[in-house]
Amino acid sequence: MADQNAPHTEITNPLLKWVDDRLPLVTMMNHATVDYPCPRNLNYWWNFGSLAGFSLVLMIATGLVLAMHYTPHVDMAFASVERIMRDVNFGWAIRFVHMNGASFFFIVVYIHIFRGLYYGSYKSPREILWILGVVILLLMMATAFMGYVLPWGQMSFWGAKVITNLFSAIPLVGESVVVWLWGGFSVDNPTLNRFFALHFLLPFVILGVVFLHIVALHKNGSNNPLGIDTKGPQDSIPFHPYYTVKDYLGLGAFMTIFAAVVFFAPDYMGHADNYIEANPLQTPPHIVPEWYFLPFYAILRAVPDKLFGVLAMFAAIAVLFILPWLDRSPVRSMRFRPVSKWFFWVLGVDAVLLGWCGANAPDDVWMGLQFVVWSRLATAYYFLHFLVIIPYLGLFERPKQPPASIADSVLGGGTGAAAVAAAKPMEKA
Amino acid sequence: MRILRLAKAAAAAATIALSASSAQAAGGGIHYESQEWSFSGIFGTIDHAAAQRGYQVYKDVCAGCHSMNLLSFRNLEGIGVPEHTIKVLASEAEIESINGDGEVVMRQRLPSDPFPAPFANPQAARASNNGALPPDLSLMAKARANGPNYLFALLTGYQEAPGDMTMSEGMYYNAAFPGHQIAMAPPLAADLVEFSDGTEATVEQMAHDLTTFLMYAAEPHMDERKRTGLKVVLFLFVLTILLYFVKKKVWADLH
Repeated sequence: MADQNAPHTEITNPLLKWVDDRLPLVTMMNHATVDYPCPRNLNYWWNFGSLAGFSLVLMIATGLVLAMHYTPHVDMAFASVERIMRDVNFGWAIRFVHMNGASFFFIVVYIHIFRGLYYGSYKSPREILWILGVVILLLMMATAFMGYVLPWGQMSFWGAKVITNLFSAIPLVGESVVVWLWGGFSVDNPTLNRFFALHFLLPFVILGVVFLHIVALHKNGSNNPLGIDTKGPQDSIPFHPYYTVKDYLGLGAFMTIFAAVVFFAPDYMGHADNYIEANPLQTPPHIVPEWYFLPFYAILRAVPDKLFGVLAMFAAIAVLFILPWLDRSPVRSMRFRPVSKWFFWVLGVDAVLLGWCGANAPDDVWMGLQFVVWSRLATAYYFLHFLVIIPYLGLFERPKQPPASIADSVLGGGTGAAAVAAAKPMEKA
Repeated sequence: MRILRLAKAAAAAATIALSASSAQAAGGGIHYESQEWSFSGIFGTIDHAAAQRGYQVYKDVCAGCHSMNLLSFRNLEGIGVPEHTIKVLASEAEIESINGDGEVVMRQRLPSDPFPAPFANPQAARASNNGALPPDLSLMAKARANGPNYLFALLTGYQEAPGDMTMSEGMYYNAAFPGHQIAMAPPLAADLVEFSDGTEATVEQMAHDLTTFLMYAAEPHMDERKRTGLKVVLFLFVLTILLYFVKKKVWADLH
């Protein structure tokens, strides 16, 4: 396989070649998805990037069809969604795919982010790639929040009310900002109209940032489980067919699980109250956001002061923007960072704990402590992790020596997943 | 090994996340006993005979106060009511219409018309119900956590109020209702309806059949959804296995 990095595709069709010489779309696609060299040791955690891309396309496609049948008016929105469920051909399937697609999009993206954290994918030279990713996460959150308002159920309405009211914490102009966001003096028809317009727009903004994310990725190439740079052709393999087929396999597994939820438990991740039409005069006993916001909801409620609660919630994301500069360790992969590795898992547990706190009433008691106390501990730890532990370990941890090159690691038995590729020595490399 | 370990951790996290959402779903701390439903599980389907009896209970009992605005008579086809029967059932109620001369007239309902609502507006409903608003039942089986079991418990949950409990005027004690005070008078009593198929109309039987009908009403495409799902999931599962072998073959020359 000495030529495994040589270009695959020669354009033979004269017409196509004529066009490509003037508008090199085929060449660009070829560079980006066929010949694009990838580290040969990527493990299955690297599948979640392409799965996130797939989820975005799936959401846009199903969302487009839903938008054709949906009516963004407070008197008709709820009934129009039910009409999609009942009378539009396969409307129930499209709506359930869209509804659960949002949850799966977040599952995929959260795994993608934690993969980046574990293998140090945010470090030089990939800082901008990482920052664009955090921008995508923020845009996804805005989009998901506004999308959840559209069916105009009880949780839609009261969720919108709670979240928009957060902006009233801004000193001096807060109240005016909220009225401006609402387009009135309460969450009402103008709010629903603008949320629909923005919910339609933002996915295309996400698509644009995803494009930049991929441009930034292809500039320096993928990171890999060893966290070391590719040093030559022996370290990499072309994207096609190796990673295309691996991504297809991942997609198959993802789709199987996704379909099982869509068809057998489509309401599992939803909330029963959203099957009740919005009623501005009746507050549900517990207002709970969708599960993917629960950790942030817990941080918001952990702080007794409204303004600082909101700031803490936004800071939880903002801290990710500066992560590349908080972590000064020259070693990327946690595989060679014996102490940081453990703190990575503690952060994972902390994030799940925050989610658990967000799902429960603050005054309820769990394992001897009120949830509000758990939330405070978990929130404090979250910031401690990023602002103290990571900078400290970056400076004082003694990392193990990573292998000299990916190919070395593959040939020499290496560690972990890289060893999979070492079952037989490469014959032709 | 590492992948296994990560997968285990992910599974543990998912378990906690899932139990979080089910804790979220459990409302008010009241336990609702799980009943046997024809529609439970991935192979479960709506029992048409039960749903038809349930429709009879709705029509004869509930419809006096509760609307089902999202349902039309044609929806009864989905629980096996024959077309000519649907036409007859629809024609029993009238609906306002505008004739060719622009006059408002009453005409018989057609299968495409919605179920008639008992009250013209929420104010009228409150006025006739001691200030309480009987909710629309179209989505009731989905609009409550643990819907079907909750509905069954509610319909069979009327009891004598415990001695130490002071009931508000016009309220009834119900073990299943959050707060235990409900404005709805006990709707079911033995032999309140006479089932045409000879089934004995006990309170439990009526509650069971009505819940089955309400589950159908909340999601008329549920049976179709599960049927389609079996094919889709099976297809994707086989496809994934095939993709696994394709991947293995493609990567073989690298190892």
